[in-house]
This record gives sequence, structure tokens and C-alpha cells, in this order.
Amino acid sequence: MQRRTLDFWVGLFVTAGIAALMFLSLKVGNLSTYGVADSYVIKGNFDNIGGLKVRAPVKSSGVVVGRVADIQFSTQSYDAIVTMNIDSRYKFPKDTFASILTAGLLGEQYIGLAAGGDEVMLKEGDTIMKTNSAMVLEEMIGRFLFDKASEDDGF
Amino acid sequence: MFKQLASSISNIGSRAIDGIWRLGHAARFFLLVLLKSGTSFQRFGLVIRELYYVGVLSLIIIVVSGLFVGMVLGLQGYETLQKYGSESAVGTLVALSLVRELGPVVSALLFASRAGSAITAEIGLMKATEQLSAMGMMAVDPVSRVVAPRFWAGVISMPFLAAIFSVMGVFGGYLVTVMFIGVDVGSFWSQMQSNVDFRIDIINGFIKSCFFGVAVTAIAVFEGYDSPPTAEGVSGATTRTVVTSSLAILGLDFILTAFMFRGI
Repeated sequence: MQRRTLDFWVGLFVTAGIAALMFLSLKVGNLSTYGVADSYVIKGNFDNIGGLKVRAPVKSSGVVVGRVADIQFSTQSYDAIVTMNIDSRYKFPKDTFASILTAGLLGEQYIGLAAGGDEVMLKEGDTIMKTNSAMVLEEMIGRFLFDKASEDDGF
Repeated sequence: MFKQLASSISNIGSRAIDGIWRLGHAARFFLLVLLKSGTSFQRFGLVIRELYYVGVLSLIIIVVSGLFVGMVLGLQGYETLQKYGSESAVGTLVALSLVRELGPVVSALLFASRAGSAITAEIGLMKATEQLSAMGMMAVDPVSRVVAPRFWAGVISMPFLAAIFSVMGVFGGYLVTVMFIGVDVGSFWSQMQSNVDFRIDIINGFIKSCFFGVAVTAIAVFEGYDSPPTAEGVSGATTRTVVTSSLAILGLDFILTAFMFRGI
């Protein structure tokens, strides 16, 4: 076979391979939405994080404004410290309310931010004061049964 | 009675020693190929010629089987997911199973039977017809002239073939579920994008296919170079290439998956 045709086919093959890798990372994967370009770090202490995972989205009004960067357990306050990277385009007031929510009935868990009314904005490294833990099914059923039992006693 | 037992035990022993000796021989040959691959990069035309035979000619089988694997995944996934009312997750199912497992593994299995067997047969026949010895007589090193370019061509083309397989599979799944069944286009792509992670899924799949490429071509060139120089020997070596590399792919896949997704 001629050297030039050989080069042509191999070039085509390699180009197709690289194009396939690009397609996988940009269209199938999430490289295009990876890493918020410019972000700041805030923290929140939660009594119970449920099934929250690192890289879970942080949403406000349903819009993704950041991602969970790290989850650690603190032995000083015996609760979970969740570190979040928030896009620096979005500023939140100091009294913002953070709660762990579930997408759908069985979906993944994410952090929902509800803005407060404070004049002062959260800065790099600040901690959110008002948090709401994840809903744990067993605790809810337990509370329901407890309420039911005390209701019956009343009669 | 005792004699029979002793002879059967020594039979096992000799088999074990033979196996380990062959493994060591293969490892030394692999090192030799790596040491002598300088020529393949100085004269890259040699590798390009092999890339044509190993990579380009494998494209048809990879593209067609990728398309069909994706279409079957789409159909089967839809049938099951639709029972739970979450048929919009079919894009995630197709993409994740292709990118993580089926893309690298199935394309490596196809590559072993399409290109690995050809490499073994070619080198084995060159040895049987004493072309390799003739090269040695002319002071041309057969390992750096014949073996190393084929090895590098296989290592380079495997990740590309796996990526093309995955893309064709995703396209096949799209074709069946969106065009044929009528799953919503937007939720197909957006669910896929939000659940397929670049680092965890795509990079790990790529690393897997690199490992498989090294394993398959190393086994293929070793079996060819080591084959007895007879017609029977070459046919046996070709069979061994396909069997050994398929087993190596599946075993390696388990180990790599355990490391990547369980974080052992």
C-alpha cells in the first residue's frame, strides 16, 4: 500500500479516536460543567447529613450554585462539617439557611440554600449558622409511632 | 500405589514449574521489547504501518458491535426502567455501563480476537519461515524491527478503539430510545451529563483500556515470538493468544474495578 494512503487512514483513525474522547468528556460526561471557575468556600455544621456525598450539588431556588467539596466529622461539636464551593457570581447573606434536601423520593441528596435578609454577605471561609439536617426515614417513622401512641393514651 | 501418588504429585510440580518459567520468560521478553522500542519512535513510519493493520482495520467490527451493544442496552434498559416510571434515566444507564465497563472490556475482547490473533500468526509465521533468523543474519534486530512497532501500535490504538466503541454505543442507545421509542431528548442527555462524572467514569474507563491494550498486545507478540516454528505451533499459539488475553482482560478488569470504584 502507498505510504500516503496509509498515513491518511491512520490520521483519520487517530482523529476519530480523539474526537470520540472529546465527545465522551464533553457531551456524555460533565467536563463542561466541571469545576466552578471562580469560587469561594463556606462551611456548615449539620447534626445529620444523611446520604450527602462529596460533589453533590448546592442549589438555591433549584439552580446549581456550587458543589460540596468535603465532608468531615468534628469531635469537638460531634457533628458533620460540610465544606462547599460556591460560584463567586452568587453572594449570599450572612443569615442564609442551609438544609439537606432530597431530589424526588429516592433521588440524590443536595444542599438547598435559602437566602436571608442580612446586609452582610458570606465571605470566604465563613460558616453558615442556620442549618437543617437531612430527613432520616427511621427517625420520622419513630416520631410518627410515638405521636400515635401518645394520641391513643389520650382517649 | 504410593509410586502412583508420587508420580502424580511430581506431575503437578513439573506443570507448575513450567508455567512459572514461561511467565518469567514472558516478563523478560516484555522488558526486552520495552528496552528495544527506541527504533519504533525514531522511525515512526514502522508504527504507522502497523497502526493501519491493527487499528484502522479493526474499526469496522468495533463500530458495528458498539452500535448494536448500545441499541440492545437501550431496549433492555428501557423495558426495566419503564416499570419504575424512570425511563428518562435510560441515557444514564447506557452511558455509564458503556463508559465504565462494556466499552473497554468488549472492545478489548474484540481487539484480542481481531488484531491480537493476527499479530501472533504473523510473527509466528515469520519465525517458522525463518524470516526472523534471516533478519538476525543481516544484523537487523527482529525485536526492534518487527515486534516493538506492533506492540506500540496495539498500545496506541486500544484506547481510541474503546472510546469509539463507547461513542457508537451511546449513539445506538440514543437511536433506539429517543428516535424509536420516544424518550425525551432533553432528559436523555441531561440525566446522562449530570450522572457521568469526568474523573470517576471517563478517565477510569480510559485507564482501563490502556491497561488492556498493553496486556493484549504483550501477550500477542510474546506468543508469536515464542511459538514453535511449525504449522501446528503457529495455530496453537494463535489460539493461546485469544484465550489468554481474554482471561487476562476479564481478570484485570475485576482488579482495576476494585481499585477504581471501591477505593481499596
